[in-house]
Amino acid sequence: MHLLNRTAGRISRHRRRPIAGALLLLLGLLTAGALYTAVLSPANAAKTQSDTELAEQGRKLFLVGCSTCHGTNGEGVTTLRGNQLGPSLVGVGAAAVDFQVGTGRMPMAQAGAQAPSKPEAYDQDEIDALAAYVASLGPGPAVPNSSDYSLDNMTDEAQEAAIVRGGQIFLTNCTACHNFEGSGGAMPEGGSAPKIRGVEPKYIYEALLTGPSNMPSFSNGNLTPEEKRDVIAYLGSLNDSADYGGFGMGGLGPVAEGLIAWVGGIGILVGFAIWIAAHTTRTNKKKVQA
Amino acid sequence: MSDHDTPAGDPTGHVPAVPEEPIANPGLPEHTWRPTDVDEHSEKRAERQVAAMYLASMVCVVLFVVVYFTADIGDNWTTFLGLGASTVGLGVTLAAALLLIGAGTIQWARKLMSDHEISELRHPARSSDEDRAEVLEKLAAGGEDSGIGRRPLIRNTLLGSVGLLGAPALVMLWDLGPTNAKVTAEQPYPGAGLEHTVWSKGMKVVRDVVGTPVRVSDLEIGDLVNGEPEAIFPTQENGQPALHGVALQVAKSKAAVVVVRMDPGDITPGEGRENWSVDGIVCYSKICTHVGCPISLYERTTHHLLCPCHQSTFDLSDSGRVVFGPAGRHLPQLPLDVDDEGYLIARSDFTEPVGPSFWERDTKDIGDQGEADL
Amino acid sequence: MSIDTSKVATSNKGAATPDKPNKVGAVASWADERLGLGTAMKKQIRKVFPDHWSFMLGEVALWSFIVLLLTGVFLTLWFHPSMAEVTYDGSYSRLRGVEMSDAMASTLHISFDVRGGLLMRQMHHWAAMIFIAAMMIHLLRVYFTGAFRKPRELNWVIGSLLLLLGTLEGFTGYSLPDDLLSGTGIRAADGFMKSMPLVGTYMSFLLFGGEFPGDSIIPRLYTVHVLLIPGILLALIGAHMLLLVFHKHTQWPGPGRTEENVVGFPLMPVYMAKAGGFFFIVFGVTALMGGLLGINPIWKYGPYDPTKVTAGSQPDWYMGWPDGALRIMPGWEFHFWGHTFAFNVFLPIIVLPGLMFTILMLLPFLESWITGDKREHHLLERPRNAPTRTALMVSLMTFYGLLWAAGGNDIIAIKFGMSINAITHFMRVAVFVGPAIAFFIARRWCISLQRHDEETLLHGYETGIIMRSPEGGYSEKHLPISESRAYTLTARDRDEVYVPGEETDQNGIPTPGGRLAGLRAKLSTLWYADNIQKPTAAELEEAHHHAEHEHALQAAGEGYPADGHQFDDFGGTHETSEQPLRGGH
Repeated sequence: MHLLNRTAGRISRHRRRPIAGALLLLLGLLTAGALYTAVLSPANAAKTQSDTELAEQGRKLFLVGCSTCHGTNGEGVTTLRGNQLGPSLVGVGAAAVDFQVGTGRMPMAQAGAQAPSKPEAYDQDEIDALAAYVASLGPGPAVPNSSDYSLDNMTDEAQEAAIVRGGQIFLTNCTACHNFEGSGGAMPEGGSAPKIRGVEPKYIYEALLTGPSNMPSFSNGNLTPEEKRDVIAYLGSLNDSADYGGFGMGGLGPVAEGLIAWVGGIGILVGFAIWIAAHTTRTNKKKVQA
Repeated sequence: MSDHDTPAGDPTGHVPAVPEEPIANPGLPEHTWRPTDVDEHSEKRAERQVAAMYLASMVCVVLFVVVYFTADIGDNWTTFLGLGASTVGLGVTLAAALLLIGAGTIQWARKLMSDHEISELRHPARSSDEDRAEVLEKLAAGGEDSGIGRRPLIRNTLLGSVGLLGAPALVMLWDLGPTNAKVTAEQPYPGAGLEHTVWSKGMKVVRDVVGTPVRVSDLEIGDLVNGEPEAIFPTQENGQPALHGVALQVAKSKAAVVVVRMDPGDITPGEGRENWSVDGIVCYSKICTHVGCPISLYERTTHHLLCPCHQSTFDLSDSGRVVFGPAGRHLPQLPLDVDDEGYLIARSDFTEPVGPSFWERDTKDIGDQGEADL
Repeated sequence: MSIDTSKVATSNKGAATPDKPNKVGAVASWADERLGLGTAMKKQIRKVFPDHWSFMLGEVALWSFIVLLLTGVFLTLWFHPSMAEVTYDGSYSRLRGVEMSDAMASTLHISFDVRGGLLMRQMHHWAAMIFIAAMMIHLLRVYFTGAFRKPRELNWVIGSLLLLLGTLEGFTGYSLPDDLLSGTGIRAADGFMKSMPLVGTYMSFLLFGGEFPGDSIIPRLYTVHVLLIPGILLALIGAHMLLLVFHKHTQWPGPGRTEENVVGFPLMPVYMAKAGGFFFIVFGVTALMGGLLGINPIWKYGPYDPTKVTAGSQPDWYMGWPDGALRIMPGWEFHFWGHTFAFNVFLPIIVLPGLMFTILMLLPFLESWITGDKREHHLLERPRNAPTRTALMVSLMTFYGLLWAAGGNDIIAIKFGMSINAITHFMRVAVFVGPAIAFFIARRWCISLQRHDEETLLHGYETGIIMRSPEGGYSEKHLPISESRAYTLTARDRDEVYVPGEETDQNGIPTPGGRLAGLRAKLSTLWYADNIQKPTAAELEEAHHHAEHEHALQAAGEGYPADGHQFDDFGGTHETSEQPLRGGH
């Protein structure tokens, strides 16, 4: 068996081909990330003059778009009946803003327990400004750099090990809600854990850091940055891998499979049965006796 | 028509009408011919169709062999539209080969084989009266001959002895269970081990998979840790004995926990459980009390924990009380403490058996379960 | 009409054509001189099978079972039924270095290092799903058409056993790869067993060889999966087929098709070709599904670990309904005398399936007891002509279907944006109310269809031609149906309500079972209540007569309008029909 297994370990060859595109993408992200870190990152916000201006710009946007629910100073709004219209944003950090606004969850179309993802209302500059403002309200997690979730500087062996470790962490901490391949799942009282396959690594990282909505958080003390990086790498590697067994049917498990077995399998076979038993074309002619 | 008293008709199905039936059986309709029966052209065409399908099937088999030897698998799959080329190629060629044989054969039957319906007579399932009488007679003669009726002593002892053979069959299955299970004071019945886990006083809580201990200061409000006792991850430092195989799996399957940190003000501690949390950090068994699925679907704002298998929902801010679903019991809580270095440790084992219910489980209410520091 | 049934390939004399033996004849002769099968073959080789698509559903099950045997044997060549701990070092890089059981590692090996292995795994899984699904629709066909009636009750029981064993076989197979999903299933099964009063803990410890998960369960399930259950299945399938051959297949009533004959095509060659061809079709469809549709991607689930779980943890579809019952059950658990009664688990997962299968097996006996019908039946009944029977099964199906949906409540919740709590609350009520409503609707629906049949029989069919009367009224023109169709519609039994004998004999002493007979008579009355009986010859003659009269008037009087009575309730007004039943006579 080991003789046949001669390709085992040669992961690099496998990963380079289908990953070429992804590498390019990563390179692009890296460049963008570097630019972003140098120019825009709110992590540097408090340090430079221009970032104070950014925060001021963000405050203006905030007053227009967010203050109705979150209060004019981001302190949150509680209705007379004691319902919370919007939570306090003091200390949620730039990462929370970047995630919530960047994935279109905020501003919400209507008040509710869970903000659904939709086309985003602000461009990245405006989001950065908002993030800078909210970050200035109180210390909180900053927007991560692309280097935080990239495996680029690692050897092939180390990358493979990171993906394996990420997979195990993913299966322990994430699949319970988000399903074994990140297709999402149901939560109590109409809530749901969203699909996380195909989500940008930055947003996954931010979601882990800040715990949006009802999701528990995985702060850096809880799940180290390396562990987060590995989880993201595992999810990315799932995107890169082929569907070895054919179409995946949404990655929802046995319910989808049962549906296909009935509608597809039994449906087609009954169709064949009808064909087998159907009467063939008839003719008015009589057979001429030979 | 279908009345069973109707006299048997002739094989063609013509049956004389029974008076009360509204319409007499008109008999089988006249046979009509298919184009392939009367037209040599269509007959030849059908013949060619069938043969073409068989030929196409052969081509598919050749393709199957080609795919088998050309499509790579292993860690370097050849892909096709993002799908595994081997699986898809082999599947589609095999399917085509089989479907073509099937369709060809069915087409052959439909177009070219005789389609004259023929009729066969049925007979009642029962045997004829003479046969039945003869069998009964023979049964009686055989029984008489053996004397089974006349010699009840033999009959009853035979029945008893054969019946008792069930006992060895059953007894021999006993060793399916744990072979070394001896009834002792600690092990009064096989399931007694279910009442304990590997948790013990002072054992550190570590993160699953990575095995790192959890410091109180590591966790923020809203954090969730899927934890294990450090006994599951023995290292040089923690000095735990190595665990392998069955012992490891059994230990894991009972000892897994979820640790969450919430606002201390949200916690309603159970009676006698006031000191089981550390700064809003609480720890519960991860094993559902319904049928034992691991649960960690935690909602940070409601503090509800949902089981993905059958949707039992537990409130972690209120002693793991069941708020929804089929579970009948609250989730067992692990009493927490913090050691000198600031790491989370257990005050004791769980004070009640974790996981699904079992017959011998002596269930006590919260408050009657005794002290944590045992 | 009748084809020469004497044309048989083998006979006691030897070749089919004695004067000039061909090769087939020579082989048959050789075999017969050693096996003496000629006499049996003489009858069977041209055995008649009636042609109808619904008669092929059982064949789907049979052929998918053969596919299961073939693919299953292939899988056993590489699968290791062992829970020994190994470190995976195969081709799938995302799990390399992970500790897992040998069973899981060998399943990964089949999937990634054996060419066609993944295809075979997927075909095996799809075939299993289709096997059980086909058994179920076959069962429904048999029930709805009354094919389970005497003399076929025992074959019904065998079929039900096949369904039960097939389900168990599926569950044991689902558990073998030892991936996250199958391990979660086994763990739940451990919880099910432990819920049994008194013996539960012992059962669990015996099966697992100690505490869950132990290292014995997979080898043991493997033996059950590849030897014990398939052996019993094969034997029962053999018995099922033998009884089919012995009873001869049922057929739909129609011109020339009676209780005493069976009309159709001969086994050799037509049914051999059709059934044999269908085997290739079933095999081919399974291969197509196995090749195109990924099922059970164990490499994504990862190896079983008692601390891990995934959202959407579900059993395969055939275990979905008891799982649904488990999900919607309230948390009824009681504690007495130091013992735990876990009714929240025991009732839905142990008691309910047992109860359902018992009901299923008893259905033929229940019906014949209520109706008192002890005759042999070889002609099928249309579902509408047995309204209570049809409604009973529709109601059972509704119960099953609702539990099934409850078993997928989490997927329904995310796909339709609903709350699982709301779905669960709804289902708790719906599983009781739904079947009752379904019973009522199905029964009335059947009776309406019976009325429609009677109308067609007496008044002809609706032509879609609207006629206007001089008074301005509109009516639709009806034309007679063909004789063979009219005959087919009347080819059914009249319902006979069971009449009990005297409850007491002449001396006033209660006869044995007297009171039970009273209940039986009441049930029998309810069973047939409101059914429409086919018209008598006199009624039909009367309708016919009036129709002819109308027809004559129409022919003479240029579009003589219909009298509008077509819309009357036909209950007692058959004389209003306007068309001849057998046009042109």
